[in-house]
Amino acid sequence: MTTLILAEHDGKTLNEATAKALTAAKALGAPVHILVAGHSISAVAAAATRLDGVAKVLSADAESLAHQLAEPLAALVVSLAGGYDAIVAAATSTGKNTLPRVAALLDVMQVSEVSKVLAPDTFERPIYAGNAIETVQATGKLVLTIRISAFTATGEGANAQVETVSVPADPGTSQWLGAELSASVRPELAGARVVVSGGRALGSAEQFEAVLAPLADKLNAAIGASRAAVDAGYAANDMQVGQTGKVVAPELYIAIGISGAIQHLAGMKDSRIVVAINKDADAPIFQVADFGLVGDLFTLVPELVKALD
Amino acid sequence: MKILVPVKRVVDANVKIRVKPDGSGVDTANVKMSMNPFDENALEEALRLREAGTATEVVIVTVGSEKSAETLRAGLAMGADRAIHVKTEAPRIEPLAVAKVLKAVIASEAPDLVILGKQAIDDDNNQTGQMLSALLGWPQATFASKIVIGAGTIDVTREVDGGHETLRLALPALVTADLRLNEPRYASLPNIMKAKKKPLDETSPETLGVDIAPRLTVLKTTEPAGRTAGIIVASAEELAAKLKQAGVL
Ligand SMILES: Cc1cc2nc3c(=O)[nH]c(=O)nc-3n(C[C@H](O)[C@H](O)[C@H](O)COP(=O)(O)OP(=O)(O)OC[C@H]3O[C@@H](n4cnc5c(N)ncnc54)[C@H](O)[C@@H]3O)c2cc1C
Repeated sequence: MTTLILAEHDGKTLNEATAKALTAAKALGAPVHILVAGHSISAVAAAATRLDGVAKVLSADAESLAHQLAEPLAALVVSLAGGYDAIVAAATSTGKNTLPRVAALLDVMQVSEVSKVLAPDTFERPIYAGNAIETVQATGKLVLTIRISAFTATGEGANAQVETVSVPADPGTSQWLGAELSASVRPELAGARVVVSGGRALGSAEQFEAVLAPLADKLNAAIGASRAAVDAGYAANDMQVGQTGKVVAPELYIAIGISGAIQHLAGMKDSRIVVAINKDADAPIFQVADFGLVGDLFTLVPELVKALD
Repeated sequence: MKILVPVKRVVDANVKIRVKPDGSGVDTANVKMSMNPFDENALEEALRLREAGTATEVVIVTVGSEKSAETLRAGLAMGADRAIHVKTEAPRIEPLAVAKVLKAVIASEAPDLVILGKQAIDDDNNQTGQMLSALLGWPQATFASKIVIGAGTIDVTREVDGGHETLRLALPALVTADLRLNEPRYASLPNIMKAKKKPLDETSPETLGVDIAPRLTVLKTTEPAGRTAGIIVASAEELAAKLKQAGVL
C-alpha cells in the first residue's frame, strides 16, 4: 500500500497545492511518494523532500515534460502506477487535465475534487456547484483529485531521498506554443488568506483596478472576480472564482458588486468570513455574508480603505 | 473535416436543486432540463467551423435515457447535421463508461475532431474528454477559449490556473470547451421545425458492446453545511470594526 502524489509546480517552485494534496493523501493511511515531473526540476524535487511525512520523492526530468502536457505526463504516471494503490493530484488545471487520462488508461473511475477523506476508500465530493455533497466508495486502485481549498497544507520536517525515474517516450502529438501568464505581486488566489473580489458592477478594467487595488493592498489580499467581470474584460481569466473558476476558502472574502449567483457561491462559500458590498439589499450574496454593507461600492470601498487605517 | 460533439442533458443552470431528504440523490423530477452549458459552447464552435467552411459535418451524440432525445433535438435545432442517441435507462453513467461508449461511436464515425464541454454542471467531474482522448490515444486540449484550425493541426488556447497557454495538436484531436470559447446561439423557430426532420439514429451500449456498470458506489447525497446570513452593518467604519473584532485583519 503506497500512495503517489503528482506534484504541482511551475518548474521552479513547488506549489502549496502539493502540501494540501499531501494532507489528503496521508489520510489514506499509506506511505506517500511524491512525483515531480518536469525539466530541470531539482529545486522543486528538493522542496518536496522536506514535506512532512513524505517517504520518497521521484524525479522525472525530461525536456518532453517541460510544459507538463497531458499526454507525456499521463504516460509517465501510468508507467509508475503498478507500484501504487492510489494516485493523487491537486485539482489544479494540471491535475484536472492529466489525472482523468491516467484513470482511463488504468481502467479506473476517478473520484474528482475530494473534499473529505472519510475512510481510505470513502470520500466526500461536491456536486451541482457545491449544492449537494456526494459520499462515494471506490474499490481497487484509486485515482483522486483533491479540492485544495478543503485541506490545510502539511508542514515541513522530513528529509526524504530523491530517486530518478525514467521517462517514457513522448508520443509527440501535441506541442506547446506559448503561454501568457499573469504576473502579480499579490498573494496567489488559491492560497490567499484574504480575497477581495469584484463583479460586473465595477464597470471597466480601469475602475476594477482603481477601486479594488487599494483595498487589496491594505489587506495583503489576492484579487478575484466574478465570471461576468472576466467575460467583460475587467479582470483576467485566472482571477475567476466559482464553479468553473477557482475555488477558494480564505479567512476573509470580500465580494464587491457581485450578485451571488449559485455558480459564484460555489467558489467561495467555504470562506471563514464573507463580506458583501452591494447596492441591492436583496442581492443573494447577502444570504451567505457574515457582514453586509448596502450601498454604492464606489463610495463605500474607499471609505472602507480609510476606516482600516 | 467531420466534427463530433458529445452532449449531456442536465438540470438547467438556473435551477436551485433540491437534495432528497432520504439521501438518495438530487431531485430531478419535474425540474427544467437543458443541454449542459459547456456542451453548447462545444457545439457552437463546431457550427462556426462548419459555417467557415472548415468543417463539412457536425454530428452530435448523447448517452442517456429516452428523454435525452430532447437534448439532441435542441442540438439539431442549433444547427447540428445529425444526431446519435446511445440509449440507456441506467440511472448513473460514469464518465469512464461514457468515454468507452463514445470511443465505440468514434470507431464507426471516424471524426477528425471531437469537441465537448469541459465539465457537466451536475456531477462536476471534469473527466469525460480527457478519458476519451486517452482511450483513443489522441492528443487533447482542455479548457479551450480559442481554436484555430491549421493544416492537419489545431491550435488551442487553454485557460489555465496562471493565465493562458496555447498548444498545437495533430489531428485527429480532442478539445474540451470552456465558457469563454464563444457565445452559443439560440435556435430560431424555423430551425426548431427543421430539426424535427433531421436524422436521429438510435443505438445502445449493449449494441456497441460496452459495459457501463458504475465503478463507484454512491453511499449518500446530502445537503452541504449551509451558511446563514449575518448582519447588515450601517457604515464602512462599523464594518472595519467588526472585521477587527472577528480577528481576520
Ligand atoms: C455553467 C455556468 C458556469 C458559471 N461559472 C461561474 C463562475 O465560475 N464564477 C462566477 O462568478 N460566475 C459563473 N457563472 C455566471 C453566474 O451565473 C453569474 O452570471 C455571474 O456570477 C454574475 O456576475 P456578477 O455578480 O458580477 O454580475 P451581476 O449578477 O450582474 O451582479 C452585479 C451586482 O452588482 C451590484 N451593483 C451594481 N452597481 C453597483 C454599485 N454601484 N455598487 C454596489 N453594487 C452594485 C448589483 O446590485 C448586482 O448585484 C456561471 C454560469 C453558468 C451558466
